[in-house]
Amino acid sequence: MSSALSLAHEPVTGIRHGKLGMWIFLASEVMFFSGFFTAFIILRNTNLPVFAHGASELNWQLAALNTVNLIVSSLTMAMAILSLEHGNKSRFQLYMGITFLCACGFLVIKYIEYTTKFSHGIYPGTSSFFGLYFTMTGFHAMHVIGGMIPIGWMLAKSFTKRGYRDWERVEILGLYWHFVDLVWIFLFPILYLIF
Amino acid sequence: MAAVATQHDHAHVATHDESHAHDHAHHSVSFIRKYIFSTDHKTIAKQFLTTSMFFLLVGGAFALFIRWQLAYPGEPIPLVGKWLPDTLVSNGAVQPGFYTQLVTMHATVMIFFVIIPMATGAFANFCIPLMIGTDDMAMPTINMISFWLVPVAGLTIMSGFFVEGGTAAAGWTNYPPLSASGTGHMLWVIGVFLVGFSSILGGMNYLATTLNKRAKGMRMFDMPLTVWALFITSVLQVLGTPVLASAMSLLFVDQVFHAGIFIPENLLTPNGGLYPSGANVGAGGGGQPVLWQHLFWFYSHPAVYIMILPVMGVVSDVLATFARKAIFGYKAMVFAIMAIAFLGFVVWGHHMFLSGMSPLLGTTFMLSTIVIAVPSSIKIFNWLGTIWKGNIHFTSANLNALGFISTFVCGGLSGVFMAVGPIDVYIHDTYFIVAHIHYVLFGGALFGIFAGVYYWYPKMFGKMYNETLGKFHFFLTFITFNLCFFPMHMIGVGGHMRRIYDPYVYEFLKPFQPINQFITIFAIAMGFSQLILIFNLLWSLKFGRKAPRNPWRANTLEWAAPSHPGHGNFDRDITVYRGPYEFASPESKRDYLPQWIRPAHVEQETTIAEKH
Repeated sequence: MSSALSLAHEPVTGIRHGKLGMWIFLASEVMFFSGFFTAFIILRNTNLPVFAHGASELNWQLAALNTVNLIVSSLTMAMAILSLEHGNKSRFQLYMGITFLCACGFLVIKYIEYTTKFSHGIYPGTSSFFGLYFTMTGFHAMHVIGGMIPIGWMLAKSFTKRGYRDWERVEILGLYWHFVDLVWIFLFPILYLIF
Repeated sequence: MAAVATQHDHAHVATHDESHAHDHAHHSVSFIRKYIFSTDHKTIAKQFLTTSMFFLLVGGAFALFIRWQLAYPGEPIPLVGKWLPDTLVSNGAVQPGFYTQLVTMHATVMIFFVIIPMATGAFANFCIPLMIGTDDMAMPTINMISFWLVPVAGLTIMSGFFVEGGTAAAGWTNYPPLSASGTGHMLWVIGVFLVGFSSILGGMNYLATTLNKRAKGMRMFDMPLTVWALFITSVLQVLGTPVLASAMSLLFVDQVFHAGIFIPENLLTPNGGLYPSGANVGAGGGGQPVLWQHLFWFYSHPAVYIMILPVMGVVSDVLATFARKAIFGYKAMVFAIMAIAFLGFVVWGHHMFLSGMSPLLGTTFMLSTIVIAVPSSIKIFNWLGTIWKGNIHFTSANLNALGFISTFVCGGLSGVFMAVGPIDVYIHDTYFIVAHIHYVLFGGALFGIFAGVYYWYPKMFGKMYNETLGKFHFFLTFITFNLCFFPMHMIGVGGHMRRIYDPYVYEFLKPFQPINQFITIFAIAMGFSQLILIFNLLWSLKFGRKAPRNPWRANTLEWAAPSHPGHGNFDRDITVYRGPYEFASPESKRDYLPQWIRPAHVEQETTIAEKH
C-alpha cells in the first residue's frame, strides 16, 4: 500500500533527519554541561581556597597532553569524513583508526590521572572541587566512550567485504566528536589552569 | 562524472533507507516487534497512554492516602490499610514517614510519569506525524527507546518503597540537604534522570519530525496549533531537561560521596550530629543548597509549561472543531505559545522567594512572572473569541476543553497572587499553592488531556467512545474537582501547611478538620469517577460503534487517514492546500474545508471523504 505513496519525501529543511537530530541533541548537551559549569562558578566563588588547593593537585601536563590528543582526533575525524566523501577507503581507515587510537590514548591518560588521585587518597568526596572534577571529567569520559563505539563500528564495517560508504553518517558522528572535543577545551582551563 | 553520480545515488538511497527499512519489516513483524518493541509512532503513543493511565491510578491512590490522613488522622485506611506493611502503617493508619513518602511520590508520579508522558509522549507521538501528513517519526528507533526508558524509570523509583528507609521523602522538589542521603533518594535521582533522558530523546524526535517531515505544501503556519504547541514544548524539553540531569548528577555525587556540593558546611541534624560525617564535609567547604534550587527550578519551571502548552494546543483544535469556527487569531496564538515558552525560562526564581535569595533578584523574577499573564490572557481571550457565536457541539471532548478553560483561568489567577513576592511570603508552602497547582495541573492539563483522548479516540482505536458515559464522567469529575480543590484556597489562606502530617497538633488548624473531611470525600469521589473513563475507553474498544474516517468533520490531516490507520498512516498522497481552521469557507457549501482537499474539486472530494 505504501509503495505508491510519496509521504516519505526529501527532508523539508534539506538536512538529513539524523543530522538535524544530532544538532538538536548537541543543543541539549550544551545545556547539560552548562549546569555543571554554573555549579562550578557558584561554588568556586564561595569556596575559593578549596578550589585553588584542589586545582593545584591536578596534573596539568597530562591534561595538556590529552588536549592535544583530542584536537588531533578532531582533525583526523574531519579528514576521515572528507576521505570517505571522496571515496578513498584506505585513507578513511587510516584517519578513522588514528581517531580511535587518540580516543583510547585519552582514556588511558584519564585512567592514569584517576588512579593517581585515588592513590593519594583523593576521591569525589574529598571536597566540592573534586566532586565537580570527577563528575565533569567523568561525564566527559563517558561521552568519549560513547563516541568510540560508533567510530569502532564504522571502522570495523569498512574492513568487511561490503565496506562502509555512508559518509553522511560519519559526518553526523563527527559533529558529536567535535562537540566532545569542545567540552574538553572548556574543562581543561577551568579545572587545571586556574588556581 | 560517474563517481559523482554514484555518490549522489548513494546519498539518495541512504536518505530513504531509514523510512523504507521498517516498511519492509512491516510485512513480517513478530508480535514483539509489533506490540512491545514497536517503532510505529501510533503504537508508541498508545504505550505512553496506557503506561501513564496506570501511573495515574497509582498516583491517585497515593493522593487518597494523603487525603485520608488529613481528614481522619490516626484512623486506619479503609480497605487497604490492613494490607500495608508495618513499616508504613501502624494499625492501618499512615505513619509520619510514610506520609512524607506519599507526598513526594504522589507529585513525582503525577508530574514525571503521568502528565509529561501523556501531554508529550502520547499526544506528540500520535498527533505530530498524522497532523503533518507523514508516515512516521524522523527517528523511529530513538522514539522506541524514549518510551522504554519510562517503565524502567518508573520501576526504579517505585523500588524505593522496598529499600531500607523507604522511598524518597523530601518532596518532589527534593531539596538537599534533606535529600542528600538514603537509598530511596538515590533511586529517585536515577529514576528522574532516566525519565528526563526519555523526555530529551522524545523532544529531539518531535522537533526533527516537525521541521523535516511536513507534507507537501505545508508551511509552518499551516500547522494545527496542537503541532505548534508540541513543537515549542519540545524546545523546552530539549533545553530544560538536561539542566535537571546535571543537577541530579551532582546531587547523586553528594548522596554517594558527600562531596559538599549542595550540603552546607557544619550542618546540624536533629540527632545532634554533623551531617553526614561532619569532618569530611567541613573539609570540603560549604555546599550551596540554594544552588540546587536554582538548577532544579531552571528545569522545573519550564516543566510546568511542558505540561500545559501541549494541552493548550489540543484544546485549541477541539474548540475550533466543535464551535465550527476558525481559531480566533491563529498567529497570535502561535506567538503567545512562543512568548510563554521564552518567559518560562526566565521566571524560575519565583519558586524561591523564601530561599534567602536577594530580594532585588526576587523583584525581577516577580516582574517577569507577572508578564506571563499577558500571553496567557491572549490565549484565553482567543479561545473565547473562537467559541463566541459559534455553533457549539457539547461533546465529551468539547466539554473537557471548556472545563480546561474555566479551571485554567482560576488556576492562572491564583498564580498571579503567588507571583507577587510580598503576597507569596504569606501563602508560600500553604494549601493555597496546593489548590493552585491542582487547578493548573489537574483542572488544566488533565482536563485538556481528557479532551484530547476523547477527540482522537476514534482515530486511535477505530471505535467511537460512549458519549453518555463520557459526559457523565466529565460532569462528575468537574463537580467533584471543584468541590475538592476550591476549599483548599481558603484553608491555605487560613495557614494550613502544605506537607503537614497532622495539622491538628496546632490549635488554629483544628477548626479546619471538617473542611478537610469535606475535601477528602470529594477527592475519593473524584478518584473513583475516573473508573468511568477507563471503563468507557475499554468497553468502547470492544463494543463501540465503528468510527468513520472524519467523525467530527474536522479539517486537519489526521482525519484524511483511515480510522485506526495502519503502518504508514495514509492511503493517499497528502498535499496541503490551506490552513487548518477553514470552517465556513466560501469555497465550500459545507461548514468545513479540510486541508487536503484540492481547490478545484472541493464538492466532489469532500463528498468522497465523507462516505468512508
